[in-house]
Amino acid sequence: MGMTISEKILADHAGLAQVSPGQLIIARVDVVMGNDITAPVAIKEFEKLGLDRVFNPEAIVLVPDHFTPNKDIKSAELAKTVREFAKKHKITNYFEVGRMGIEHCLLPEAGLALPGDLIIGADSHTVTYGALGAFATGVGSTDMAAAMATGEVWFKVPETIKFIYHGKLQPWVGGKDLILHTIGDIGVDGARYMAMEFTGEAIDSLPMDGRFTMANMAIEAGGKAGMFIPDEAVLEYVQERAKRPYRLYKSDPDAVYARVVEYDVSNLEPQVALPHSPENARPVSQVGNITIDQVIIGSCTNGRIQDLREAAQVLQGKSVHPDVRLIIIPGTQSIYLQAVHEGLVETFIKAGAVVSTPTCGPCLGGYMGILAKGERAVSTTNRNFVGRMGHPESEVYLTGPAVAAASAVTGKISAPQEVVG
Amino acid sequence: MKITGRVWKFGHDVDTDAIIPARYMNTFDPAEMARHCMEDADPAFASKVQKGDIIVAGKNFGCGSSREHAPIAIKAAGVSCVVAQSFARIFYRNSFNIGLPIFESPAAAEAVQEGDVLEIDATSGLITNLTRNEKYQATPFPEFMQQLIAAGGLMNYVAERVKKVGV
Ligand code: SF4
Repeated sequence: MGMTISEKILADHAGLAQVSPGQLIIARVDVVMGNDITAPVAIKEFEKLGLDRVFNPEAIVLVPDHFTPNKDIKSAELAKTVREFAKKHKITNYFEVGRMGIEHCLLPEAGLALPGDLIIGADSHTVTYGALGAFATGVGSTDMAAAMATGEVWFKVPETIKFIYHGKLQPWVGGKDLILHTIGDIGVDGARYMAMEFTGEAIDSLPMDGRFTMANMAIEAGGKAGMFIPDEAVLEYVQERAKRPYRLYKSDPDAVYARVVEYDVSNLEPQVALPHSPENARPVSQVGNITIDQVIIGSCTNGRIQDLREAAQVLQGKSVHPDVRLIIIPGTQSIYLQAVHEGLVETFIKAGAVVSTPTCGPCLGGYMGILAKGERAVSTTNRNFVGRMGHPESEVYLTGPAVAAASAVTGKISAPQEVVG
Repeated sequence: MKITGRVWKFGHDVDTDAIIPARYMNTFDPAEMARHCMEDADPAFASKVQKGDIIVAGKNFGCGSSREHAPIAIKAAGVSCVVAQSFARIFYRNSFNIGLPIFESPAAAEAVQEGDVLEIDATSGLITNLTRNEKYQATPFPEFMQQLIAAGGLMNYVAERVKKVGV
């Protein structure tokens, strides 16, 4: 019987020739990742085991990115716990402020997540690395602790839903719009416990950054993984970054899927997910007149260079609306630097935006752009739950970078065409 | 083991930001988190909940982030267990790992009302509604999960394994 890419990666890491959905396996992981919120809990659990070493210091990646640069004393203590653990266990893949980035932008960029890997991260958006053809999934801190000790994790082999996107995308339409449209269709639990596999003509021509965006939000449909079959674009992306061998898997033609969902996306408009759920997605033309107070462009969903380029294209020579705060957060230091080189940062600042050091910051309501009661934000992040970005009575509208930038200019939710024609 | 408690009812897709908002996650002190448990779903919850109470919810409970702070906050608030139509997968895993009993039962999620008193047989998954005199069966756990429960959570299981086979 044929296997999907997910089943093949899981089988190989469990030392099995074949696995099938529902099967419980114990698998070896290539990477174990944690951040400044989840790692401290894992470290506490790990230390209870009384071990003097982690299973493999090189396979552990620690990224303090959520509340760093430290937003308050308690966060400083969390970051310190992670820093000291990294020192003690000689974990070289520890990323200090100044070298860090948002974990899910950073790991692929640094060549730490590679095709064919089995990766767990104590962060739900670990699914992002599926864009590279890795099976990557989020776990809790205790799972992270156990994996730091043993290098192993138990998994239930998930079923897979295959998505086929037919057609060519319109200008200003990208990965964010595809995934919001998909979640709008199947719902926030439409892929619960399942792997999502993204295929089709529109995917073949989707740049890597758009694929990361899609894989990133698989969790917003309840997915365990968001998989892409690695192609030329992936090879080009990883070739220069990889410092260890990797393997390209693909699904067999006779692989079994729980279901196959097909979309014709040739006329898909930019999408907006209304509060308070990513599944409230609709075309930007149907949103109506929604005035806004703040715009965030950044996060592990849309904080990559393509996203910033797209935003800059819209903002070039324009001004941010007087009633709007536009906050732009590059995903990593090298994305930041690239944006400086390309003049994007100048475009942003001239337009009246603030450009921040890489951090999760406002995405999870941490700092750097918290909303007051009754305020409304457009954000390129991935969650618009109640209270996600601040006061429980604030609102978040999820979009891609082009709509976000256009809305910052007009002061209301707007299609990019309204600003750049 | 039998769990008995009074029910607090919630809807579908209760997310981890509602269970414990990230603004309180600069600490992982369970008592501190308990004070904000379910705050964005029901701001009064932490002051109303009594030790042993049971949360009953709709589909996809615990969706969103991987934060283990969510089941920890629920447990620290004194909640004895969560019954839902279904659970998001990371929350499901985390609950096992930290020892918060959870039960998947669409029938219970549908029929049970706020204030009902439930008695749950944790081993068989039989849920008895003492208020309405009804019974519902929860989905049984896979064998491996039962081993985890028997070992007293994942870290105990790992500790055993580390002792036996080394790392
Ligand atoms: S950017 Fe937002 S979603 Fe991404 S890892 Fe940070 S907090 Fe989580």
